[in-house]
Amino acid sequence: MDKSNLPNYLEHKGKYKGIFAWIFSTDHKRIGLLYLYAIMAFFVVAAILGLLMKFELIAPGKTIMEAKAYNAVFTLHGITMIFLVVVPGIPAILGNFFLPILIGAKDVFYPKLNLLSWWLYMLGAVIALSSQFMNGASPDTGWTFYAPYSFQTQSNVLPALIGAFILGFSSILTGLNFIVTMHRLRAPGMKWMKMPLFPWTLYGTSWIQLLATPVVGITLLMVVAEKVLSIGFFDPALGGDPILYQHLFWIYSHPAVYIMILPAMGVISEVIPAFAKKKIFGYNAIVLSTMLIAFVGYFVWGHHMFTAGMSETSLFAFSFLTFIVAIPSAIKIFNWLATLYKGSIMLRTPMYWAVSFLFVFMIGGLTGMVLGALSTNVHLHDTAFVVAHFHFIVFGGLGFAFFAGIHYWFPKIFGKMYDEAWANTGWIIFFMGFLTLYFPMFLLGIQGMPRRYYDYVPEFHFTNIISSFGAFIMIAGLTVILINLFKSAKRGEKAEMNPWGGKSLEWTIPSPPPLENFEDIPEIK
Amino acid sequence: MENSEHKIVSFKTYGLVLLALIVLTLFSVYITQLDFGNLGIVVALSIAGLKSVLVFSIFMHLLYDKKMYALMVVGVLVVMTIVLIITFLDYGY
Ligand SMILES: [Cu+2]
Repeated sequence: MDKSNLPNYLEHKGKYKGIFAWIFSTDHKRIGLLYLYAIMAFFVVAAILGLLMKFELIAPGKTIMEAKAYNAVFTLHGITMIFLVVVPGIPAILGNFFLPILIGAKDVFYPKLNLLSWWLYMLGAVIALSSQFMNGASPDTGWTFYAPYSFQTQSNVLPALIGAFILGFSSILTGLNFIVTMHRLRAPGMKWMKMPLFPWTLYGTSWIQLLATPVVGITLLMVVAEKVLSIGFFDPALGGDPILYQHLFWIYSHPAVYIMILPAMGVISEVIPAFAKKKIFGYNAIVLSTMLIAFVGYFVWGHHMFTAGMSETSLFAFSFLTFIVAIPSAIKIFNWLATLYKGSIMLRTPMYWAVSFLFVFMIGGLTGMVLGALSTNVHLHDTAFVVAHFHFIVFGGLGFAFFAGIHYWFPKIFGKMYDEAWANTGWIIFFMGFLTLYFPMFLLGIQGMPRRYYDYVPEFHFTNIISSFGAFIMIAGLTVILINLFKSAKRGEKAEMNPWGGKSLEWTIPSPPPLENFEDIPEIK
Repeated sequence: MENSEHKIVSFKTYGLVLLALIVLTLFSVYITQLDFGNLGIVVALSIAGLKSVLVFSIFMHLLYDKKMYALMVVGVLVVMTIVLIITFLDYGY
């Protein structure tokens, strides 16, 4: 078949012109790029907010902002990073772009719904961020909106809550779309147990999006109702229960961690075999552990509430389940390591990201065990240790996997190669900065430095200087990476169809792919 | 793939289900006057459960569609039940 005469999806001319050809496009690849640009923009803003926080913490007392400003900054950093960047993150960008291609389909099952999801995402983002520009103070509740403070504070939490509610719809629709796509559009011959691992992890993720997101949606609406109508769900003065809020919130927000991390594991499961030149070790075990993580991940939320005053039975049950969920994650780590074993390893940029993912993700996972144990949790709860832990998991896990994936698939997405020397330089600076930034925070947490304060006692000064110094290095690395990618997308060298010798379906079609990916739907043998 | 085997459900069946739903609704209003003690919530939820089974299986065609879709719905309900049970571990005392 002759593929060369089809216009690729970037050049394809449709009904609309200019920017409208993008924001009204139902092509899954264009929608993936729409998410990419939006999410990257929010990510850069939120990363700068994070840098400002570390700048504030470089010395005790006020450095660049007052306590109130610090509260507003960490709230905005959290809301943006969680709801706008890492929850949609990999599924919306790489999932949208590569899920249909990897299963041999021309698009997702509901292309228009897919576009609607992006519009809902943008609407939710605008509403959530409008809280910063309205009269009155910026929200200061933290991204968790804990009751009863969230309905007592005078700051603009309402738009943030409503924005997060709408973002939930975007997430639910994407999940639904992906599930139906995988059930209905797999290429002929692609049995479930032949489906590549990235789609498998998206499958687990989609179920979580579909089932857990409505819980947080309702919960946020309950807070709105509480604030506007004084109903008394969570307000003890009205007979409500603030602990119930925490239950409802974490019933979503713990599984949300798996919305973030499962697709990241999927990307790593694609990158490692491609650069070890070996079939993935233990395909079945990885599939099974993915579904187990998605399932058991629903039942561990209480580990966020160990010091909130739960019953002993709950404490025991949640701690036990939390340890259980570590097992499937560890299975995956062993499978990746076994894939590397005796492989002929190509150390290219995506592989650097993938192996550093293994390193930081394991530190994140093991410190999670420290927090999941009831005794140590009492000491470490709400300290810098927790902040270090979830940055290792979320940023170290999802962030590193995202950069692995974007470098791996960059030639396919844009049809151009990035400058590898700059990409590797960016990676090493970023990696060093990351460790310098977050590792000291484990020590600070063990020494007892609480999170979410703009000030600290002088004993913590030295460690904080190192950590803040790391933040500047990491942002420098990030700048190198992003500028390199951005420039290369515009004028990099032309990429081949299969620059890494990859074996999956996306490498059988041109770079960049034509509008409907495949001229003929491939048969899988 | 093939969409051809859509079962046509008769108007009469839908009418009967509607009737059953109305009767059950009236019944659940009626039983609020009786005192079941702690079991009250169990009785109310059982009636609601019966109604949703009718809606799922007949109105939403789960009875006639591929077994997998029914399995998915049951799976979701199982997850939800476990979540509720675990939540109430914290309230049973
Ligand atoms: Cu958790």
